[in-house]
Amino acid sequence: MLPHQDEKEPTSYRGSCGSCPVTVRKMPYLGSEDVVKELKKALCNPHIQADRLRYRNVIQRVIRYMTQGLDMSGVFMEMVKASATVDIVQKKLVYLYMCTYAPLKPDLALLAINTLCKDCSDPNPMVRGLALRSMCSLRMPGVQEYIQQPILNGLRDKASYVRRVAVLGCAKMHNLHGDSEVDGALVNELYSLLRDQDPIVVVNCLRSLEEILKLEGGVVINKPIAHHLLNRMSKLDQWGQAEVLNFLLRYQPRSEEELFDILNLLDSFLKSSSPGVVMGATKLFLILAKKFPHVQTDVLVRVKGPLLAACSSESRELCFVALCHVRQILHSLPGHFSSHYKKFFCSYSEPHYIKLQKVEVLCELVNDENVQQVLEELRGYCTDVSADFAQAAIFAIGGIARTYTDQCVQILTELLGLRQEHITTVVVQTFRDLVWLCPQCTEAVCQALPGCEENIQDSEGKQALIWLLGVHGERIPNAPYVLEDFVENVKSETFPAVKMELLTALLRLFLSRPAECQDMLGRLLYYCIEEEKDMAVRDRGLFYYRLLLVGIDEVKRILCSPKSDPTLGLLEDPAERPVNSWASDFNTLVPVYGKAHWATISKCQGAERCGPELPKTSSFAASGPLIPEDNKEREQELPDSGALMLVPNRQLTADYFEKTWLSLKVAHQQVLPWRGEFHPDTLQMALQVVNIQTIAMSRAGTRPWKAYLSAQDDTGCLFLTELLLEPENSEMQISVKQNEARTETLNSFISVLETVIGTIEEIKS
Amino acid sequence: MISQFFILSSKGDPLIYKDFRGDSGGRDVAELFYRKLTGLPGDESPVVMVTTGGRRHHDGRHFIHIRHSSLYLVVTTSENVSPFSLLELLSRLATLLGDYCGSLGEGTISRNVALVYELLDEVLDYGYVQTTSTEMLRNFIQTEAVVSKPFSLFDLSSVGLFGAETQQSKVAPSSAASRPVLSSRSDQSQKNEVFLDVVERLSVLIASNGSLLKVDVQGEIRLKSFLPSGSEMRIGLTEEFCVGKSELRGYGPGIRVDEVSFHSSVNLDEFESHRILRLQPPQGELTVMRYQLSDDLPSPLPFRLFPSVQWDRGSGRLQVYLKLRCDLPSKREIPGERVSSARQACPKKAPSPAPSLSKLQPVSGAEQPRAEGRAGGGSPSLGPASGARRLSTLGPFPDGRPRAPRTSQPWALHLGPSSGSGPGQSLL
Repeated sequence: MLPHQDEKEPTSYRGSCGSCPVTVRKMPYLGSEDVVKELKKALCNPHIQADRLRYRNVIQRVIRYMTQGLDMSGVFMEMVKASATVDIVQKKLVYLYMCTYAPLKPDLALLAINTLCKDCSDPNPMVRGLALRSMCSLRMPGVQEYIQQPILNGLRDKASYVRRVAVLGCAKMHNLHGDSEVDGALVNELYSLLRDQDPIVVVNCLRSLEEILKLEGGVVINKPIAHHLLNRMSKLDQWGQAEVLNFLLRYQPRSEEELFDILNLLDSFLKSSSPGVVMGATKLFLILAKKFPHVQTDVLVRVKGPLLAACSSESRELCFVALCHVRQILHSLPGHFSSHYKKFFCSYSEPHYIKLQKVEVLCELVNDENVQQVLEELRGYCTDVSADFAQAAIFAIGGIARTYTDQCVQILTELLGLRQEHITTVVVQTFRDLVWLCPQCTEAVCQALPGCEENIQDSEGKQALIWLLGVHGERIPNAPYVLEDFVENVKSETFPAVKMELLTALLRLFLSRPAECQDMLGRLLYYCIEEEKDMAVRDRGLFYYRLLLVGIDEVKRILCSPKSDPTLGLLEDPAERPVNSWASDFNTLVPVYGKAHWATISKCQGAERCGPELPKTSSFAASGPLIPEDNKEREQELPDSGALMLVPNRQLTADYFEKTWLSLKVAHQQVLPWRGEFHPDTLQMALQVVNIQTIAMSRAGTRPWKAYLSAQDDTGCLFLTELLLEPENSEMQISVKQNEARTETLNSFISVLETVIGTIEEIKS
Repeated sequence: MISQFFILSSKGDPLIYKDFRGDSGGRDVAELFYRKLTGLPGDESPVVMVTTGGRRHHDGRHFIHIRHSSLYLVVTTSENVSPFSLLELLSRLATLLGDYCGSLGEGTISRNVALVYELLDEVLDYGYVQTTSTEMLRNFIQTEAVVSKPFSLFDLSSVGLFGAETQQSKVAPSSAASRPVLSSRSDQSQKNEVFLDVVERLSVLIASNGSLLKVDVQGEIRLKSFLPSGSEMRIGLTEEFCVGKSELRGYGPGIRVDEVSFHSSVNLDEFESHRILRLQPPQGELTVMRYQLSDDLPSPLPFRLFPSVQWDRGSGRLQVYLKLRCDLPSKREIPGERVSSARQACPKKAPSPAPSLSKLQPVSGAEQPRAEGRAGGGSPSLGPASGARRLSTLGPFPDGRPRAPRTSQPWALHLGPSSGSGPGQSLL
């Protein structure tokens, strides 16, 4: 029935899209003129216009080219003509076209308004809805005056389909205006439509109000509205339910009784078959019950089933998101998924990013009962074909080793026996970190090391090995000979970092085994000073040379630092976080990106949106919704800290903190009296209010209790602080380090710190 | 709130592109997405991606996508939305498009551009979900699906030698269910058909001595209904069906699952007493029930695995044979099956960490691979499962000093339908 040529597309365009990157930019635009001309002719052809199917077919071709990215705005006039038809499929296609190109051809689009307005009073509700929706989606200036009346009529239409469209049309109209002027009558009308019979109209009203009132903080959920929504919940479909649950987050129940009534009403949604609704309900429970930790724990137990089901779902994407949320929960409740550890074993066919997440989860849920099985499983991953995954598994074992040292060191030692380059280098790096944090395993590590130098080629691995040989060389019989090999080959060494490490290690080893090292140390120093091209290495060599001239005692004093520091483990694994610290992030993109990554994303967005107003450098930034009321009151009590402006949300990584901490000298030390009980969480929150971040702290009740804090002021000056609480002496020792020596800011920082600690102590006692 | 939705082919060509809010920089977002996706390092997750830096309009835009039948379904948003809901929406859209177009694929989408846009128009307005129920949507969808029936050799396989009845001719062809729900209005001969698939995924870890280390069964009952909507359906499960570890029903060993969840449209009034699910299915595909079972299987596995490891000292080669024997009655059929070996018995001193899976291939004695199942997917399907199959792998040891393989090394097998569903078999 159709001429063949009408359906056929010029094959050259399809072929050019994608397969040939050079032509992809040029081809469509070069060729599109001919296509437009041809289509224009076809659209004007009265024979085609007379044949409904052929006409529709040509329009479909226009749409198809539009999707492929060809500029089809040339046939706008002809398409406007095509919109005056009784064929509803054709109408839909033409309206789709118009919505796409209206911003480019606003004058021509105005010609279509007439047809659209006529359609808005069509007896068929589907046509009315379609016309209204399309008219509101014409994103061009000047269309507002034409759409206002149809929208108002649509809000009172008897067909729910038209009302749905009209309600969202209000939001579209408001956003087209571009200014913040809010039409009060319209808002009132929308609020009253919250009582509409149709559930989708109700949800659309919420969405529309949220957009219109964005600048005033969004739609207001007061008690009648909240209760009305709660009662309508069962009538909504899953998308509506998920959305309403999200809106209900901003409702604060007046009394405890009301709170528990709401929770009881929502109970059934925790069992929904849609993961979106289950997670939405979970989040609402967590937020509403923020003062009832047992309710929160109970909800997290109940969400375990749906989360685990999502973790083993067929959809990898869903599985990944669920795993991210499992990790989030594990941060607060470490034992939560321990009995289900088998669910997190990787299967061969899973993609990389899921396997890595699972390994992380395994690492976090390990306990006395399952450690054997988990380690056995992880050991299997270490020989995986994918080097990245194998290395991640080895690092995971290294992480578990901080608690279960002996078993893990044994597994790692066995892995060295495989003599695989990519395995050995990671194992040695793991050993280096482990020896620093868990000195008890030094002996085992020293026995395992001989022989691995043959299998290490990369810079990181070499550095780790050399460091171990230098620091613990007196326990490794052949340490000098291994280092000697490195010294022999130093000329062909490509990484300056390895050379620096070698210098330090050899000098350290020289202190404990001078006879074996003296000769090669001389050779190395000679090479570094005379032949080395890298400035840093040469300077380091010169430095050590001059140091040696001063005398061996001076060298010892400078180089013989402690070989391990178990307390630094605190920096590596942060304390358990309270559920309330992440409840507002649950069921959002934050756990999926990871908190650190999210912070950088939102910082970029914030800077972009608010322009020069941000960052707010007030010393007390607006506190988040999670900080309890009693902390907010304290803001007024705190003295104005004058010149000091602490920057909010300046989160340092633990690594960076550790490095900076070790490199700086104590600028100020002070002892404060401290009596009675101590609640680290309260302190952390209070410090957050004044923009002092907690990097790491001991668990409550540990003695002595330690915490590491950081803060930065608007000039970029860093304040690093260590709090040391010794209950026996009933005093708290504060040591502050500063990266720029400036006394006045230091003093004001200390006074802020003192005030916070003082206030907390007052509350406790 | 969704800003844009687009469907890309596996090569990155845009098949469908719709901008709901006009707040983005334009359509090169699709290209940007594909560039980001292909440029990802291996350890980064592709599920959510964000655009930062560069042009102002793209900043802070999140891409969330799923991959479905080699297509990318992508939404972009600039808000911090619920990832669960969005992923659910995407997979619901994939099902919907499959329902309306017959099946989901590059070909069907580009043949039905008008239909897909019409659907999107009704499902999403200004980036907000309106409805996804097939029932409500069918009132608004006017375009008819363009279906093409590619010639397939499998259709011939149902005709036996000399016209004799083959086994396949007793059951409906596997492609029977892949047609649009809304059959054309002129076509009066619409059959009232219901397809009920039980799809189970078994992940099993077997030690080399044959004992099971880990069993995980994920099952679901999928229903594809072509019945006029409103017709009630009752699905009876066996009365000995127990949920949870403690429940006990009937006298026999019973059939037990750990956890079960139902679609919200299932009426469970008679489930407790008679194990009957009552529902009024909408037209189209629907997952009626999902269940999970791990560790203690109430019945033996439907297959057995016989591994054998031989080390030829002369050539320094290690030969690993995996023989898989399926104990299902021959009248049952597994549409497609994948066997992947998670770990090779790798000697400790092996020069490469594990012989790669690509060396696994069926050796003589195995039947010809035959792809069945609806979509006839491209996964390494190894044919129907009844009977034995043998896989082998060879690992050369150039240094000539392999150690004895560790006998305790477990084998992991993953068995499941390769794609889609089909008349599967079940432990139920």
